[in-house]
Amino acid sequence: MQDSLVRLLQRSYAFDHRWKYEAATPGWSREIWAQFAEIGLLALPFTSESGGLDGTPVDTMIVMEQLGRHITLEPYLSTIVMAGGILRRAASTEQHESISTKVIDGSLIVSLAHTERGTFGSPSRVGTQAVRSGDLWQISGHKSCVLHGDSADLLIISARTSGAPSDAKGITLFAVDPRATNINIQSYALHDGQRASDIQINSVLVPHSALIGCVDDGFRILQSAEYETLAAVCAEAVGVMSELHQMTVDYLKQRKQFGVPIGNFQALQHRAADMYIALEQARSMAMYAAMMSQTDDKTAIAQAVSSAKVQIGRSAKLIGEEAVQMFGGIGVTMEFKAGHYFKKLTLLEQFLGHADHHLELLTSGPGLFELE
Amino acid sequence: MELQFNADEIAFREEVRAFIADNLTEEMKQGMLRGGYLIRDHVIEWQRILNKKGWGVPHWPVEWGGAGWSPIKQSIFTEELQLAPAPRPLSFSVYMVGPVIIEFGSEYQKKRFLPRIANSDDWWCQGFSEPDAGSDLASLKTNARREGDYYIVNGQKTWTSYAQYADWIFCLVRTDPTVKKQMGISFLLIDMKTPGITVRPIQTIDGGHEVNEVFFDNVKVPSENLVGEENKGWDYAKFLLSAERVNLARLGVSKERLQRARELAARTPYQGRPLLEHDGFRTKLAALEVELKALEITQLRVLSAEGQSHGAPDPASSILKVKGSELQQATSNLLVQILGPDALRRQDDAFDDWSSMITANYFNWRKVSIFGGSNEIQKTIIAKSILGL
Ligand SMILES: Cc1cc2nc3c(=O)[nH]c(=O)nc-3n(C[C@H](O)[C@H](O)[C@H](O)COP(=O)(O)OP(=O)(O)OC[C@H]3O[C@@H](n4cnc5c(N)ncnc54)[C@H](O)[C@@H]3O)c2cc1C
Repeated sequence: MQDSLVRLLQRSYAFDHRWKYEAATPGWSREIWAQFAEIGLLALPFTSESGGLDGTPVDTMIVMEQLGRHITLEPYLSTIVMAGGILRRAASTEQHESISTKVIDGSLIVSLAHTERGTFGSPSRVGTQAVRSGDLWQISGHKSCVLHGDSADLLIISARTSGAPSDAKGITLFAVDPRATNINIQSYALHDGQRASDIQINSVLVPHSALIGCVDDGFRILQSAEYETLAAVCAEAVGVMSELHQMTVDYLKQRKQFGVPIGNFQALQHRAADMYIALEQARSMAMYAAMMSQTDDKTAIAQAVSSAKVQIGRSAKLIGEEAVQMFGGIGVTMEFKAGHYFKKLTLLEQFLGHADHHLELLTSGPGLFELE
Repeated sequence: MELQFNADEIAFREEVRAFIADNLTEEMKQGMLRGGYLIRDHVIEWQRILNKKGWGVPHWPVEWGGAGWSPIKQSIFTEELQLAPAPRPLSFSVYMVGPVIIEFGSEYQKKRFLPRIANSDDWWCQGFSEPDAGSDLASLKTNARREGDYYIVNGQKTWTSYAQYADWIFCLVRTDPTVKKQMGISFLLIDMKTPGITVRPIQTIDGGHEVNEVFFDNVKVPSENLVGEENKGWDYAKFLLSAERVNLARLGVSKERLQRARELAARTPYQGRPLLEHDGFRTKLAALEVELKALEITQLRVLSAEGQSHGAPDPASSILKVKGSELQQATSNLLVQILGPDALRRQDDAFDDWSSMITANYFNWRKVSIFGGSNEIQKTIIAKSILGL
């Protein structure tokens, strides 16, 4: 599958293709998505009982790195890793039939609508409410920055069903049709060209069968899916960084000033070497996060993904900024590739918590080393 | 040497502050808060307000409209403008071509151009860089051939900031291809309306239009627009670039950003309370303030040394350029970190104020370590001219 993906991206994801995908609705390529389905990419993390490939976080890592290399726009992270992670953990047999099967064949885009504005650093803070009356639930609230919210055929919405606004217990997940009346979706582009939406939910009614998992038990599932997503984001960033680093090294060999390639200047050589060190450190931590995600120890997973995100954040900033600097003027132009990789890295740095945030989480943990 | 302002300088700062408060419009201020771009009408209008007060070109000799201030007062003035923040003066006009004309230009050029620069009647742009002559500026190829009373100019400039607004461009052109590359360059003033000039926009990564390519196809330039002597252009360019260096520290810009960082952090919740209340964030803020203070004192030292020598900026001004640009970039990144997840959005309707432009500005501000002689080139100047390596 990896080979097919590499070939597919080389063939269909050159930089000028990407421009076209971004410019046309829905802001990514449905053709590419269909080809992803064909090579089995969309089935990867699902279990074989629900038609999937039983892929592991390490498999996801390999895929995400390739997607990162081409800074792809398709909703792989949101539909397959995030929403897919939730479905795999919590969907009923019926839901697998009605939802997962269609995700796997490429006909259904699912987005997770969990984060609300102003809740950074408080992942269990959910103000959106769901109230039960008979066999129906009535949901109201507001969700922020839902990835690919405008092309989603289905939303997984987290809502508070009991407890105080920040309690971990009392959050429930619902599968909701975004075309329902009373749902207002406002969409916009992110700095990397991906689409996202703010979603206003005004007294939307869903049947009890729309519940994903058990009442009040959503946070546990959200959290596991988020750890997996973090590991995937780290891998994606490694892909972006390795491509950008390679581009930079090629440019150092090719661009001439003062009659020689600028790569002849030791001042730049050492910095390209620093970038390389940062890249390999990041790669190690992305691997570590993916491998730890395969274990059952939740505390260890949490520490691993946070420490990976710290390293990724640091490396991404260094590599992104240094690459632009070494490209000189063309590094800050829209026309040229490198700047887009820099922007993507800046986004990945901020996505699901920047390095400072994850450091903060680590300081309250038991530490990464067991010393006797 | 004074590392603190004396009473006279403090009184002067108050006077400048009061003048800005009375004259800067809210619209101009908001325009500056939103982004790094010059807004044409604001720049022109503000320059005229300053000029009327006699502060349009304070660093010029008094006979051409200068204010006769000490270097310290000039830097107080600049910093107050940046803190306001008021529209940046068009540096290509008042800090670059103006001083070159004053120092090396003919009487005709002085009379013709200087008053119009001081009053922003002409908009100037800088035609130095070319596709293959960036850091290695002296290898530029755009050529000017003498024909009677004219030069015929052919070639291409690039990265020309705000050429789309420009009435005039000052160019380095090759007038003698047979000698050592620095020796065959001349400094020409070219009317942008001359036939044969084409301006093509280059979009920057934040989506803005600031830089351009400028093409010259048999452009006829009267020889009276040559500055100084033919083939001496490199000397004039060096004079100009070192003056630019001092001006690029932009301490006020970084200070003003730190002020906004506090404001934003006070209204941004993190883990349920304002980010500004978190120790980790405050440590970061304090660390940046320390660096900025150090640069402020360094700038005072460089300026008072220059005040005494009445001469060209010393190579230590490269410190100001390197550190100043790094701090402008660090503060622009700090704002991104404060936004956190909200930094992802390209536009943000929920914030119609400056905070919606934070990430775009961070991207755009990568330019400050590239232009004006890249930071690598500045470090080479330090290594060679100061350290003798
Ligand atoms: C937004 C913006 C506005 C600009 N406005 C203007 C303008 O109005 N007018 C104008 O004339 N120019 C302008 N410039 C051009 C600017 O001055 C050049 O970009 C700059 O001189 C660098 O040249 P370059 O882009 O060709 O990079 P290059 O010279 O190709 O440099 C690429 C990288 O190599 C490094 N490098 C080069 N030589 C050495 C060396 N010997 N040792 C170590 N490192 C080295 C550089 O520092 C850089 O990191 C602008 C540039 C930008 C980005």
